[in-house]
Amino acid sequence: MAVTESRPEAAAAGEHGISPQRHPIVQWLTTTDHKKIGIMYLVNSYVFFTVAGLLAVFIRVELAEPGTQFFGEQRYNELFTMHGTTMIFLFIIPILAGFGNYIVPLQIGALDMAFPRVNALSFWMLPLAGIVLFSSYLLGGPADAGWTQYTPLSEGIGAQGNSIGTDLWVVALLLVGTSSILGAVNFITTIFNMRAPGMTMFRMPLFTWTMLVTSLLVLLATPVFTAALAMLFIDRNLGGSFFNPAKGGIAILWQNVFWFYSHPAVYVMVLPGMGIISDVLPVFSRKPLFGYKAFVFATVGIGALGFSVWAHHMFVTGQVLLPFFSIMTFLIAVPTGVKFFNWIATLVRGKLSFPPAMLFAIGFLTMFLIGGIDGVFLASPPVDFALTETYWVVAHIHYVLFGGSVFAVYAGFYYWFPKFTGRKLNDGLGKLHFWLQFIGFNLTFFPMHILGLLGMPRRVQDYADLPNWVGINQLQTAGALIIALSTAPFLANVVMTMRRKDRDPENPWDGNTLEWYTSSPPPAHNFDSLPEIHSERPLFDLQHADELTVHADATTTGAR
Amino acid sequence: MAVADAALRDSPEHHKPGGISSSLLGMVLFIASEVMFFGGLFGAYFTIRSAATQWPPEGTPHLDTVYALGLTAVLVSSSVTMQLGVWAIRRNEQRRLVLLLAVTLVLGVTFLAGQANEYRTLIDEGMTLSSGVFGSTFFTLTGFHGAHVAGGAAFILIVLLRARSGQFTARYHDTVEMASYYWHFVDVVWLGLVSTIYLLR
Repeated sequence: MAVTESRPEAAAAGEHGISPQRHPIVQWLTTTDHKKIGIMYLVNSYVFFTVAGLLAVFIRVELAEPGTQFFGEQRYNELFTMHGTTMIFLFIIPILAGFGNYIVPLQIGALDMAFPRVNALSFWMLPLAGIVLFSSYLLGGPADAGWTQYTPLSEGIGAQGNSIGTDLWVVALLLVGTSSILGAVNFITTIFNMRAPGMTMFRMPLFTWTMLVTSLLVLLATPVFTAALAMLFIDRNLGGSFFNPAKGGIAILWQNVFWFYSHPAVYVMVLPGMGIISDVLPVFSRKPLFGYKAFVFATVGIGALGFSVWAHHMFVTGQVLLPFFSIMTFLIAVPTGVKFFNWIATLVRGKLSFPPAMLFAIGFLTMFLIGGIDGVFLASPPVDFALTETYWVVAHIHYVLFGGSVFAVYAGFYYWFPKFTGRKLNDGLGKLHFWLQFIGFNLTFFPMHILGLLGMPRRVQDYADLPNWVGINQLQTAGALIIALSTAPFLANVVMTMRRKDRDPENPWDGNTLEWYTSSPPPAHNFDSLPEIHSERPLFDLQHADELTVHADATTTGAR
Repeated sequence: MAVADAALRDSPEHHKPGGISSSLLGMVLFIASEVMFFGGLFGAYFTIRSAATQWPPEGTPHLDTVYALGLTAVLVSSSVTMQLGVWAIRRNEQRRLVLLLAVTLVLGVTFLAGQANEYRTLIDEGMTLSSGVFGSTFFTLTGFHGAHVAGGAAFILIVLLRARSGQFTARYHDTVEMASYYWHFVDVVWLGLVSTIYLLR
């Protein structure tokens, strides 16, 4: 007991001692190994990705023609509410945490996360939350007031928010939030306290850095959302009056507390993606990342500024200080711009190769750039007034979260799949997957900019038969079907690669960060030994140890 | 494998002398998130209060400030006994720790009983979660605080039972420190609540 008292990570050691006779399923269900938990995060999140993707296809099919085809107004409201909620809370946020779980301890030379059992708890709340959220389809209809659940819509005073689905939505998100907070505590403690000897903060791989800043955002923003959810639940079920103006409450209050979380959450959804890109681009350019420290400070800057821009979602309420939030919003584009210089300068004069991981990374670079630029338009209040209720905003969010996060997730998946399994995914199928997705994505979402400028309102199941509107919408529906199709080569690729008997080299990409030092897949205890760490590229140092020594001598002599 | 494991684990860099232990750091981070949770509730309270024409609204029962200050005294002294307990175990005084934890626990439960008593009085006078915006904010804020006191008391009870079986020493007592951090945090939140709800008229 005394030992556990001082070192909670000993819980991981306990697991390694468990007799190997246990059934594999039991092993997976009871594991506290960060790698297995990481894999479960990835699989669970991907399942919800396909479910939410299916809902998106339903949305696009309904919008292929004006009028009502398959889904009436109520069904349509439910569809886009569940699509947004599932994508954000059960796919993007958890899948990035899944990469973090698997990769962060390996990148810093730790044996496991700081609190392995808390880690397992964080994971298991997610499938539970998913079941709670989707059980609403059986229990009287899901939530229908959008993923933002604005009050008074979600209070059930009017036509929306009347079903038990809204309460289940609240409970599911309380679970997701608790899972995120516990995960954040775990990541921060792990990164601060469990780095290998020599692994200083400024030698950490960039994915780990972004996970650290992301975790700080989660830690400080999510509890505010938890408070908002608690108040909404009290209003709906216990007669509270926080958001009900008729009883002295304030409906806009919800938007403030909601966006105080959900805007930082935007960075929670994209910073780890930027981290993945920053690990992938250097490897396939055969250069270190240009401006490591600038990138780190830009990440920290985005994290800090992320707390001061939430009200740009509320420009049209007339209740927020427009100049302040507008300026802060323009300002936050600056550190993002710094990162683009980092990435582009890394590519310049690099020895580029283009396996699927690199293609997806460059997909991120280009698509996220568009998402960033069309977002900057919205930072200007007059433009926002005109565009906020149109498809421009839908285009923006999808260029950021699909063009950004999803492309980065796939980049990470192709890059680290050999780490997970010891086998590289097939290149040809990967490239097919990339191009199908890239084309489908742009067909679906780029025209939304045009529709937005033409004034097509978002969140509505029907639209007017104006010139070109039907054609553009049908193009988008075709694009959505291509995106859906693009997952087929990916899933086939995963299945085929898993069935392959032979193994690829342990470090197939010649990666220079610490996760590639150990075997692929790593042993239960992660590392049999650790190298000396003198820089942010310990494996490069090992390969070029002779030159380094000579160089060190030369500088010493020079100094004398 | 086990050998490599132990070797890595016991390397001095992994257990930094002088640095904060993982369990304490985890607790500090968790408390930071709790601060933001109460920050959200306080933010809602002040927003609603600033928009109200009259505060507390008409018809709100009289709030007994003296009674609340009495509860405050109980909770603050429990923080003191908790800290004395931490100092005791740092000197390896196990029996003293048990005694001080027991006193802390009694004070914590007294606070909860006192709060329940106040709730009963207010509910008798017609103020509930659903009686209006004052009732909603009052019961939500103090209720979540009370739930945290109850959670903290449960934590202290576990620490007390472990202390009784001699599991803590001057060297190994992170859990006692964790419980004390949490208890002080709960205490500070109460000071914020008393100031905003009772004193700031």
